[in-house]
Amino acid sequence: MNWKRAGIAAACVVPVILVFGYGLTKDPKEIPSPLPGHEASPFALEVFAPGQPPLNRAPGDTVRLADLKGQVVVLNFWASWCLSCRDEHQILSETARSYAGKPVHFLGVLYDDEADNGTKWIAQMGGQSYPSVMDPGALTAINYGLYGVPETYFLDTNGRIAYKATGPVNERLIRHFVDSLMAAGAK
Amino acid sequence: MTRVPGVLVFVVSTALAAAQPAPRQGSAAPAPQSAFADSVLDARTAAVASQLRCPVCQGLSIQDSPSELSQQMRAVVKDQLRAGKTPDEVKAYFISKYGEWILLEPKPHGFNILVYAMPVALVVAGLAVIVVAVRKWTRPPSPTP
Repeated sequence: MNWKRAGIAAACVVPVILVFGYGLTKDPKEIPSPLPGHEASPFALEVFAPGQPPLNRAPGDTVRLADLKGQVVVLNFWASWCLSCRDEHQILSETARSYAGKPVHFLGVLYDDEADNGTKWIAQMGGQSYPSVMDPGALTAINYGLYGVPETYFLDTNGRIAYKATGPVNERLIRHFVDSLMAAGAK
Repeated sequence: MTRVPGVLVFVVSTALAAAQPAPRQGSAAPAPQSAFADSVLDARTAAVASQLRCPVCQGLSIQDSPSELSQQMRAVVKDQLRAGKTPDEVKAYFISKYGEWILLEPKPHGFNILVYAMPVALVVAGLAVIVVAVRKWTRPPSPTP
């Protein structure tokens, strides 16, 4: 065996295998967000879907992030044309209702859609416990680094982004972040 | 092909320009300066947008993508440039929201250096192999004792 040739071949091939191997450990669809740990972008968005008592807000009201300081905020971006949003809708709605009276604010943000479509969709889905707002020009979506729906942001009581969930959320994940952020805020 | 004399072109174009009605004050037609400023802004927007990745596409810039999100992002680029931000500041804004992933061409630092260094290293290695092989093939046969 020619050890010199074998060494050169190994020196060429091993780094390539290592680079590809490193690439395989990453999910190409998962884009790491730089936002967790940073202050959330302020917003002032108009309610189009009021939600249900006791979490409701009047249509036309403006929801400002600045007014929600001291509360955990769950910001869910959705659209009526989004199929995955159907999977999480009931879970979000029921979980939000179970936190009524606690320092938690659930808010839906309609992305790239018409208010009429959103309202019809909510009715078809059997209602929504918390209000939803419009996002004209998707400025809030871009400020939150959105690249698809559904995406859900968990904001701590100081208005910092604690976690960004891509895709449909489940009850366990929602409760984990809401409970831990509420506990951290109470300290 | 017959060439039109330059003097004739000048005379005809001057006459046509003189025949145009003078623009009235307060008319809806855009002023040439404003149209020029718009085209410059469009060009600057395109230059920045072509460096930013469309988040919902595969390898397309927000300039080339027809997706709704890309159109909205282009509008943000344009608004920020119009407001006086530099292209680097606009890119920094998108990096702060999406991470360096949003740049179609990653910055050459850390692990990203491999993207730039690997092609050069492969070309150099290939050239070295060719040089060695050519030398070997063209070496005169050693005289037999």
